[in-house]
Amino acid sequence: MTNLIDLTLNDLVNKVKSKEISSKEITTAYIDRSKQSKKLNTYVEETFDSAIKSSEKFDTNPDFKKKLPGIPLAVKDLFCTKNVKTTASSKILENFIPSYESTVTENLWNEGAILIGKLNCDEFAMGSSNETSHFGNVISPIDDNLVPGGSSGGSASALAAKLTPATIGTDTGGSIRQPASFTGTVGLKPTYGSCSRYGIVAFASSLDQAGPMTKDVKDCALLLEVMSSFDPKDSTSINFKRPNYSSNLNKYIKGKKIGIPKEYRVDGMPFEIEKLWEKGKNYLKDCGAEIIDISLPHTNYALPTYYIVAPAEASSNLARYDGVKYGFRAEGENLIDMYEKTRSQGFGDEVKRRIMIGTYVLSSGYYDAYYLKAQKVRKLIKNDFDNAFNKVDAILTPSTPSSAFKVGDKKDDPVSMYLNDIFTVPVNLAGLPGISIPAGLDKNNYPLGLQIIGKPFDEQGILNIAYSMEEKINFKLKTNDWWIK
Amino acid sequence: MSKDQYLIEKNGNKYEVIIGLEVHAQVLSESKLFSSSATKFGSEPNTQVSLVDAAFPGMLPVINEFCVRQAVKTGIGLNAKINKKSIFDRKNYFYADLPQGYQISQYKDPIVGEGTVVLDLPSGSKTIGIERLHLEQDAGKSIHDIDPSSTLVDLNRSGVALMEIVSKPDLRSPEEVNLYIKKLRSIMRYLGTCDGNMQEGSLRADVNVSVRKLGTDKLGTRCEIKNVNSIKFMQMAIEYEANRQVELIEEGNAVDQETRLFDTKKNQTRSMRSKEDAHDYRYFPDPDLLPLEFDDQFIENIKKEIPELPDQKKNRFIEKFKLSPYEATILVSDLDTSRFFEKVIEKSDIKLSANWITGELFALLNKNNLEISESPISPENLSKLINLISEGIISGKIAKTIFEIMSKENKDPNIIVEEKGLKQESDPKALENLIQKVLRSNEDKVNEYKSGKDKLFGFFVGQVMKESKGKGNPKMINKILKEKLNG
Repeated sequence: MTNLIDLTLNDLVNKVKSKEISSKEITTAYIDRSKQSKKLNTYVEETFDSAIKSSEKFDTNPDFKKKLPGIPLAVKDLFCTKNVKTTASSKILENFIPSYESTVTENLWNEGAILIGKLNCDEFAMGSSNETSHFGNVISPIDDNLVPGGSSGGSASALAAKLTPATIGTDTGGSIRQPASFTGTVGLKPTYGSCSRYGIVAFASSLDQAGPMTKDVKDCALLLEVMSSFDPKDSTSINFKRPNYSSNLNKYIKGKKIGIPKEYRVDGMPFEIEKLWEKGKNYLKDCGAEIIDISLPHTNYALPTYYIVAPAEASSNLARYDGVKYGFRAEGENLIDMYEKTRSQGFGDEVKRRIMIGTYVLSSGYYDAYYLKAQKVRKLIKNDFDNAFNKVDAILTPSTPSSAFKVGDKKDDPVSMYLNDIFTVPVNLAGLPGISIPAGLDKNNYPLGLQIIGKPFDEQGILNIAYSMEEKINFKLKTNDWWIK
Repeated sequence: MSKDQYLIEKNGNKYEVIIGLEVHAQVLSESKLFSSSATKFGSEPNTQVSLVDAAFPGMLPVINEFCVRQAVKTGIGLNAKINKKSIFDRKNYFYADLPQGYQISQYKDPIVGEGTVVLDLPSGSKTIGIERLHLEQDAGKSIHDIDPSSTLVDLNRSGVALMEIVSKPDLRSPEEVNLYIKKLRSIMRYLGTCDGNMQEGSLRADVNVSVRKLGTDKLGTRCEIKNVNSIKFMQMAIEYEANRQVELIEEGNAVDQETRLFDTKKNQTRSMRSKEDAHDYRYFPDPDLLPLEFDDQFIENIKKEIPELPDQKKNRFIEKFKLSPYEATILVSDLDTSRFFEKVIEKSDIKLSANWITGELFALLNKNNLEISESPISPENLSKLINLISEGIISGKIAKTIFEIMSKENKDPNIIVEEKGLKQESDPKALENLIQKVLRSNEDKVNEYKSGKDKLFGFFVGQVMKESKGKGNPKMINKILKEKLNG
């Protein structure tokens, strides 16, 4: 059975379809391993019993036309799941059980997937190390006491530790790509408007996108294909023709023009990342792609812009957690007192910090200087990409400016934590698709990722580039199961 | 300046009152602005609430196109500029009946820009400027008086579409406010965009009041009186508030800019919050919604649905039916009244119809506190009654009796006339017989009349009428009597 958990999502799907293995066998294998992996603290809610039942049900009456036939999946706890606790890893939603399903997870279940649990993340997806969760930090299977990145840290850790064959995350400023990079996995943030936001606990509405996190690029294409759909319930969902990403997946990238933005060569970037980037270029050249130097002149302003726009939206999005209708309520003398106590006790420090920043930048007298200015800069950043895409088909950058760090290392230094997102944030601000693929190891044998950024709606393009590079890189994720006693 | 100008006098100083209104009109729509929940008034608490209205995690607003059409339609009715691109913003504040923690509204870029409303004043017409109209969500309702220890929240209204219609500070008296609200309501009822029902809260207003010395140009500091839900209260609030401000100024004090509430028990306004305590709503464009955009075709299609509006109808009534401006104004002020009138005159005399509707029918409706749509007398039957008069079959007096019967049972007046034998006696022979009878039994009076006592003519008419049990045709009685007495 051990090799079941080593299989890719596509392998599992094929084996189910060819009746080599049953849904129950796969589901049981992942559940058993999940049960042995408590040390990683990836799950915040387990639905093992119902998952086994669902797998039995699938096996009794299998539908092999489904794209994810009887495949068990654990998902980030930011997706509302019907009748299954959904907390966003926050005390304020500690006991919240939605009566509805997010569109993205609904799409998974409609294609035959089975929920095995909800995965830990940073509280309301605010964090880059999964240390802000109310349910405690997540450990990376890469090394003891190592962070898996964030905010989709539980997802990345569970995937890398083989507790789920694939998973889904959300990415507001890098929350899929950065943890994927830290854990040696593949993570894709789609074009804004590709995956419906309906039923996803909102962090920053104009930036949030759900996306797949998988063992390899092929799995990524398959999962994206299932997740992405036009949804009238989300006014920002875009009705474009979604290609069949997995059957269109190919390695013909000959003649593709790949841009290398000079502004991403930041001060203090470790030499090994510089080297990795160089290696990436060479792989692309080997595949017949053309490397072109480009400039994204406003890159420097992306991070400050992001840390104005995202908290501004968050401060408003999180106003609904007031103790009145659902979730945690602290008793108070009167309405205001109840609000203050509920929100002081219900939110963690990082969430409070961002609510305060957001409230500040939207305040009368500061709005023009911060929020409005940030919106203007955001436009310039978008224009940078538009101009670059007149010359190139895609852009190659490192996914992060460093590899994973130890738990607690950056906890007291929010700015250094925020700097982790320096390469991923511009992609969200511009609404573009971006994929992180594992590309090498640092001196500690910690994974490092490369990011490919595409034109709007060109997920297929970056998947194909990633697919080609993946073969050349030939990265093998090695964990020795140290966390399993 | 006309001499009937509304002014406040204190210590010999005359003050003009400057009023601007922010009217909140509930959009007539089956479902809410951003969700498919029903909007029916008076439903059980919290039975018309979707996950979106209650702001559950991950729920997103989706614009209801019908409400957009209604707003555009209203904009056209206000002769206003329609903005093909408008933006929904979030107005952030905490309150128990505001589930999202923000109201979705329109701030810098409303759907409708400047327009006008024309008021019919005794001295002529006056144009009131409209600053803007924007779409926004209503909040829920906090109920403080059911449970002694806690506030209960009803979210049925939460998310219901409102149009906020902001006037320019062009109103100058409580009476103008009365006419303005009524005109606005009339226009929206004609358009079918708001039922204007103030008892049910479909129409409420924030009233901005300031005063300035007559003859000066600079506007005084204004106070905003929040959420007044009847015209009478608006007028009382303005009167109180204007006098309060004049008094302050006369005492040498300044008027503070503040938000005030009208206390309907004390008939006073009182301070709610000062400018310093004003909320910082932290408006910003709602990232869950794209800018609202439509093209000229969209507006053109709505224009095709615009019915004849009160001002146009009034002009038509004056020109085509030769009604007086006064009659026309009354008849068009309410769409149902104008429809009733036009139905009656399809087959009846216009002047008589106007008189009967504005006279007897309005009196009847007022007495029973009924809308014209609830009239116990149908336009068809009123038309028949009027025809009975104009054809000389019944007298005006008998008509009133029949009207009285009709008000209790909406019966065909022809049948009533038959059943009760109320047909007017117009047969000259029969009338002559009656007259002969009266003259014979009053020979002394006949002699008196003939010797010059002309006034007795009325007496004879009365006697003949009495003899005919009120059914004699008065015109003919007059004619025959004159012949007999003078011949």
